[in-house]
Formats: sequence, structure tokens, C-alpha cells
Amino acid sequence: MKDSENGAETKAPAGKLIYKQTLPTRLTHWIWAFSLFFLLLSGLQIFNAHPALYIGDQSGFAFDNAVLRIGGERTPDAGRRGFVELFGTKFDTSGWLGLYRDDNGIIQNRAFPGWMTIPSFYDLATGRVVHFFFAWIFAITLVTWLAASLLSGHLTRDILPRWRDIRALPRDLADHARLRFHHKREYNVLQKLSYAGVLLVLMPLMIATGLAMSPGFNAAAPWLADILGGRQTARTIHFVVMLLLVGFFVIHIVMVLAAGPINELRSIITGWYRTDAAEKKEH
Amino acid sequence: MSKIVMNRRKLLTIGSVAGSSALLSGCDAFDGMLKGNSPVRNFMESTANGLSFRVQRLLIGGHALAQEFTEADIRQPMRPNGITQPEDDTYKALSGSNFADYRLQVSGLVQKPLALSLTELMAMPSRTQITRHDCVEGWSCIAKWTGVPLSHVLDLAVVKSDARYIVFHCLDTIERSLSGEVKYYESIDLVDARHPQTILAYGMNDERLPVANGAPLRVRVERQLGYKMAKYIRAIEIVNDLSQFGAGKGGYWEDRGYEWYAGI
Repeated sequence: MKDSENGAETKAPAGKLIYKQTLPTRLTHWIWAFSLFFLLLSGLQIFNAHPALYIGDQSGFAFDNAVLRIGGERTPDAGRRGFVELFGTKFDTSGWLGLYRDDNGIIQNRAFPGWMTIPSFYDLATGRVVHFFFAWIFAITLVTWLAASLLSGHLTRDILPRWRDIRALPRDLADHARLRFHHKREYNVLQKLSYAGVLLVLMPLMIATGLAMSPGFNAAAPWLADILGGRQTARTIHFVVMLLLVGFFVIHIVMVLAAGPINELRSIITGWYRTDAAEKKEH
Repeated sequence: MSKIVMNRRKLLTIGSVAGSSALLSGCDAFDGMLKGNSPVRNFMESTANGLSFRVQRLLIGGHALAQEFTEADIRQPMRPNGITQPEDDTYKALSGSNFADYRLQVSGLVQKPLALSLTELMAMPSRTQITRHDCVEGWSCIAKWTGVPLSHVLDLAVVKSDARYIVFHCLDTIERSLSGEVKYYESIDLVDARHPQTILAYGMNDERLPVANGAPLRVRVERQLGYKMAKYIRAIEIVNDLSQFGAGKGGYWEDRGYEWYAGI
């Protein structure tokens, strides 16, 4: 019974409670989590208005520079199907993408189904309103956090991996693979790498690619769209980064569940975290 | 003791997973508070769009130019959107005579109201620019536009000092409903109206502006999205208040929930 669910947490005898997550960390974590939820679902709503992604400055209508298309079409036997076309290869995604049956039993032609979008019905205008509202919250929080973390040393002390972290990488990988977690004050190297990747690469890239799509901002800094490969490439990167962030979210939740959800949740809500008992020398 | 803890843990785990998936699949939970003119939606729109407008104005002011491209970037015909073949009798009559009887009306808060023929407009100073048209839907298309700077027309009409906005009245009916026909209209403020790239275009890709793209005259507002760039312009009205037109939001799409400032 003891080892059934939270093996990792119950294996090591409980150590002392430490104050691990500061208030700014907890606050920004939840602001980002909350705003990313709305940004994702309103973003899929916006994508539905033109469910295709391209490479370059413009969208090819008379030429083909699309890398992804999601849509619905008639099949030869007069049926309908949803498809995802990735680099010219079509996949049948009926029921999920391109075509789905709504709550009233009506088959809707939509890239992302209603249960994945805000609002649930097609409404580009409201999708944009929600998206930009949370984009401002998201961006202001990120810029504030970056500046404060640089000044306070939080970034270099807790998040950027150091040389000894990198050397510990193989062992940390092996530990994660065996779901053997160490509960310490410091993040392990895989945590540092993924948090640094999300906070310093993916999230700023999301804002940069978003701004590169704005015609107004484009007049202020045309170089931004240029270095990103053009407005439509920026839009494609924006979408890919979204997928990476969703991937991060899934792994993040799995890790929280595997490492002991109560302890992990308590630390990100109250700041208090129970470390492993004996700081016994690593084997 | 440990058994109880485990159970509570299990329950919380299951509860939090179930809770988040309910949140994820329950997006229609937000439909009500975001519909139409709900206070939540209005709050979000005015805060975010107001902030975007002010920050972008700070960054680009009245003069920063939209990116311009080269001939080599014109790789396809300009993609038309919205109405592409107006069915209105007035329009059909005008296009039937190749817009010989067309007059652009300039009125409102001006000292000299004008009625300008296409020939007159084409004899005025012109600007040609290869720009990227960004549609609110997400696509972009590059084309070459030729026209008279709107500022030139405004100077001819002599804009009065209390003027704030330019309203574009269009010839095309975009919607036919029980309450009647709705004609397309749009508006921009004087900063964008006087921007060097804001032109009344009569030419596209070295030819006369095609009907699908807004013949005889459409406006280019290069630092904003496509829906601001009204096609089939019948008249320009200079005003200091937008509430008297349509539903009062400053444009056909604005009246249907889209932001008035479309620089983002």
C-alpha cells in the first residue's frame, strides 16, 4: 500500500519543511498558468479563422508555401472527413481536427473543435479580445519577472544550469527515468534546463513572434519579422512554440504527479516544501 | 494512519486531474460572459486595445513607415476579401460606364467640400508602394498600390480644427438583414489619415484597381489590418465623433465586435 501511488515520496523518510518558493515565484507561476490557459484556447480560436501555416512573408494562394493545413473535405463516396495536411501529407483526423460533431449533433467544419476554443462557437473577434487581454498580462508579468530575477540573482542562482549541474545530467536523466526523485531546495538539472528553456526561450519567443504579426509593431521594428523569416513564418513559429508549451505542460503535470503532488502543490501554493530526510551522500 | 493519508492524496490527485480536464473541456463555460456587449468582454477589449493603441502610437507616431517590399515579392494576384462584386444598382451603373460618372464626395468638417472624379484624382500627386496586406484572419499577401495620398485630398478640402476622424462610406452592401441593407463603412483618426502611406488607391500591380479589390477607389492604411482598408469608397466624411454611424463603433466590423484600432 505504501508504495502503490507515490513511490518516490514515500520511499525516502520525510525531512524538514523548507520555504522553497518565494511569493514572486508562486505569483508569477499562477499568473502565467492562468493566462496561458486563456491564450491557448483563444489562440486556437484565432487559428480557426485561417487554418493554414506558411513559410515566408506572405500566404501562398497562387503558389504553395504552406507547411500545415487543417480542414474538412468531401470524400469520393460523398461522405465528409477532417484532415491535417503536414508538409503535403494528409492524415484523416475526423472527429478531432477539421471536422467534429458538436453538442447538438451537428457536424461542424472547424480546424480545432469547439471544446478546444474560447468562445466555443466561431468568433474571431472575441478570440482576439481575449487573446490580447491575456497577452498583455502575460508579457508584463514576464518582463517584470525577467528584470527582477536578473537583479535579485534568482535567475543565475536558481535557474541557469551551472557546470556541476551539466555534469550531473546523465545521472539525473537516469534518476528521472526510474522515477526516483530527490526533494531538495535546489532544482535538479532537468528542471533547470526545462524552466530556463520555457522562461528564457519559449515565452520570449512567443511574445516576439506575436509582435512580428502586428502590422503596427511591424512599422516600428520591421527587422523583427525579417529575422524570424517573415510574418507568416513568425505565425508558424508562434504555433510551434504553442505546441512545445503544451508539451511542457503535460510533462510538468506528469512530473508533479510522479514526484508527489501534495508536496509539489503545497510548495507552489504556500511556498513550503518537504525535503528528503537525510542528505546522505549520493551513491 | 498512512492509509488515510494515501486515500486523501489519491482523492486530491484524482480531483485535481478531473478538475483541470473539466476546465479544459468546459470552454463553453466562458461563452456567456464573453457574448456581445457583456461587461467582461467590454472591459477586456477597452483595456487591451487601448493599451495596444497607446503603446503603438508611442512607438510609431505619425511617421514611421510600414515595411515596403520589392517587385520580386509580388508573387501572386492580390487576394480579395469581403465583397468582391457589389450587386448594388448604383455601383453597377457606375462600373458599367467605367466609373466615368464617379465622384468622390468629401464633406463634413471641411471648409471646401469636394466632388472629385477619377480623372481628377489620378492627376493629383501619387504614391506607389509595395506592401504586405495583413488580414485579421491571419493571412498575408504582397501587392503594389498606387494612389493619391489622403493628406493631399484633406488639404484641398481644408480640414477644420475640431476634426478627429475620417469616415469612409462605401458603395457595397455587405449585409442584407430584416432591418435593411448594411453598407460597409470604416474610420481612421487624423494621425493615420495623414500618414504618408495612407493613400486612396486607384491602381494595383501596375493596372487599374480591379473590381474585386475595390474599384474605383479604396484606402490603404498600411499599419493596420485589412478590414480598415475600405473598398468601393463613395464618400469621405470628416467628423469629430463616430457614434452617429452604424452601431457607433466606427466601422462595419467594429460594430460586430472587432477592435477599432487594428494595428495588432
